[in-house]
Amino acid sequence: MNRTFRVVALVVAFALGAVAYQQGVIPQIIQRWDDVWFLGKEHMLLVAVSGGLAIVTGIPFGIWLTRPSMRKAAETMIQGLNIGTTIPTLAILALSMSLLGIGKVPAIFGLWVASLLPIVRNTYTGILAVPPHMKEAAVGMGMRPNQILWKVELPNALFVIFAGIRTALAINVGTVPLAYLIGGGGLGELIFSGIALDMTDLMLAGAIPVAILAVLTDFAVAQCQLWLVPRGVNPLR
Amino acid sequence: MIKLEKLTKIFDTPGGTITAVDHVDMEVGEGEICVLLGPSGCGKTTNLKMINRLVVPTSGKIFIDGKDTDDYDPVELRRNIGYVIQQIGLFPNKTIEENICIVPDMLGWDRKKSRARAAELLELVALDPALFLTRFPKELSGGQQQRVGVIRALAADPPVMLMDEPFGAIDPINREVIQDEFLKMQQTLRKTIMFVSHDIDEAVKMADKVAIFRDGKLEQCSSPDDLLAHPANSFIADFVGGDRTLKRLRLVKVSEAMSKGAPSVTAESPVADAVKAMEDHGHANVVMVDERKRPRGFVHMNDVRDKKGPVSDHYEALEATVDAREDLRTAVSLMFSNDVTWLACTDADGKYAGYITQRGITHLLGETYNQ
Repeated sequence: MNRTFRVVALVVAFALGAVAYQQGVIPQIIQRWDDVWFLGKEHMLLVAVSGGLAIVTGIPFGIWLTRPSMRKAAETMIQGLNIGTTIPTLAILALSMSLLGIGKVPAIFGLWVASLLPIVRNTYTGILAVPPHMKEAAVGMGMRPNQILWKVELPNALFVIFAGIRTALAINVGTVPLAYLIGGGGLGELIFSGIALDMTDLMLAGAIPVAILAVLTDFAVAQCQLWLVPRGVNPLR
Repeated sequence: MIKLEKLTKIFDTPGGTITAVDHVDMEVGEGEICVLLGPSGCGKTTNLKMINRLVVPTSGKIFIDGKDTDDYDPVELRRNIGYVIQQIGLFPNKTIEENICIVPDMLGWDRKKSRARAAELLELVALDPALFLTRFPKELSGGQQQRVGVIRALAADPPVMLMDEPFGAIDPINREVIQDEFLKMQQTLRKTIMFVSHDIDEAVKMADKVAIFRDGKLEQCSSPDDLLAHPANSFIADFVGGDRTLKRLRLVKVSEAMSKGAPSVTAESPVADAVKAMEDHGHANVVMVDERKRPRGFVHMNDVRDKKGPVSDHYEALEATVDAREDLRTAVSLMFSNDVTWLACTDADGKYAGYITQRGITHLLGETYNQ
């Protein structure tokens, strides 16, 4: 099964490569390698900064929502965030531009908002899913609330939190091309220029690297998930 | 060691107030196992959880070793009380070693000392440290996990342990094994233990003292035998069951019901000696022992009266013998399965020690009712 799948995937990849070459995409990418490289770096910088901000703010926020003092308000806030995600990313970027003008800052802000929800939601549900009896055992053994958080709740929620980060970064990499529209730069420049000039090969020279970067980012986070989550609570190990 | 004074817990619920524990006074002596028993919702678990402050009492006092637990920081208090729950609550993200060392680590023990302690405790419950220290809880069977749950509570060597239906989720066969292991450990550890259960058989087996609860009130607190022989009211009599006297069989050792100093004969003895021994002792059977004093057979008065020759010509083989250290349940079961009314008993070396009769058992168990 797995073997057949690999063979099929290889054949498809070759076929796509052949078509791409024939369409002039690959020569185009090679010819524009400097642009692709420069914009790719810019692209990933936007991902890293906005995604990193979403992680360092989203996880503490999710944890905060699970604290006993927040029990009543938490569900409402999660519902609010859920509604927030139904706003299209393009609209968020547009709103962000009207608030902060054009350039990298509004782009990062918009991307941060877009990737926040999966992280907050997964942190919240992951911690709430830690069985009550496990917390009872922890309290009964004399752990203090912050020890319970660090030694019991977070490690046991880590796999779910990582799943949230994975979703968030996948969305993020795929959304960055739109940042070009508010002056954020990135590989969107090639894509939208290609569309505007009706140059398929130029568009693909942006689109294909974006796709590859999305796959690579997902792979990288998946590897972190595999190796950083303790073996006892990691279904993949 | 543990003393409760007018301990009360009242819960405020939307449906009104509920008195979960109602002015409970009781005391558990050092090294004793006290089983809190009762139907669900009787307040036994709430009572237990007030001792380590998982539930804050509404009123009343709890003393451990003479000290009022109100004076302690709850966290410090809990670190000095072992706590075992039915769902075990091992932390799946930690290895068995890390799980066992949680409390010692919090108490700031030297790392080497706590790790050595973990290995020593695993050996105590017959789990090979070389195999199990580095495993994760999910790699252990339910029974193994529960053993780790118990030794984790023992890790910092607390004088007091609270156990909330610790063996409730284990299959009956494993439960017996773990209970026996635990009792064996307790013989050397001598912890003061409060143990919640809803199973009368478990209570009778484990307890030095049984406390029966109903609707938050302590109905009776006495030794298992006293509880079974003299239930204080009809609720307790119903709760411990119509076969309560049969349950007492487990509490009495064969040696207590055994007729000691009974005569015996050897294969070479003349039957006349056997007859004389029976007449002197007033029992219609006499046991024949081999050269190492192990019971081998018996002769019955009717078979040998007026007969001649050695005992070896007239004896019948013994279908079964019972170790005097066993409980009466085992002895009675052996009698029923071999269709006999008496059994020869052996001591630790397998030597003949005396005999036990159905009449003797009946008399011993019935004695307490005639007072």
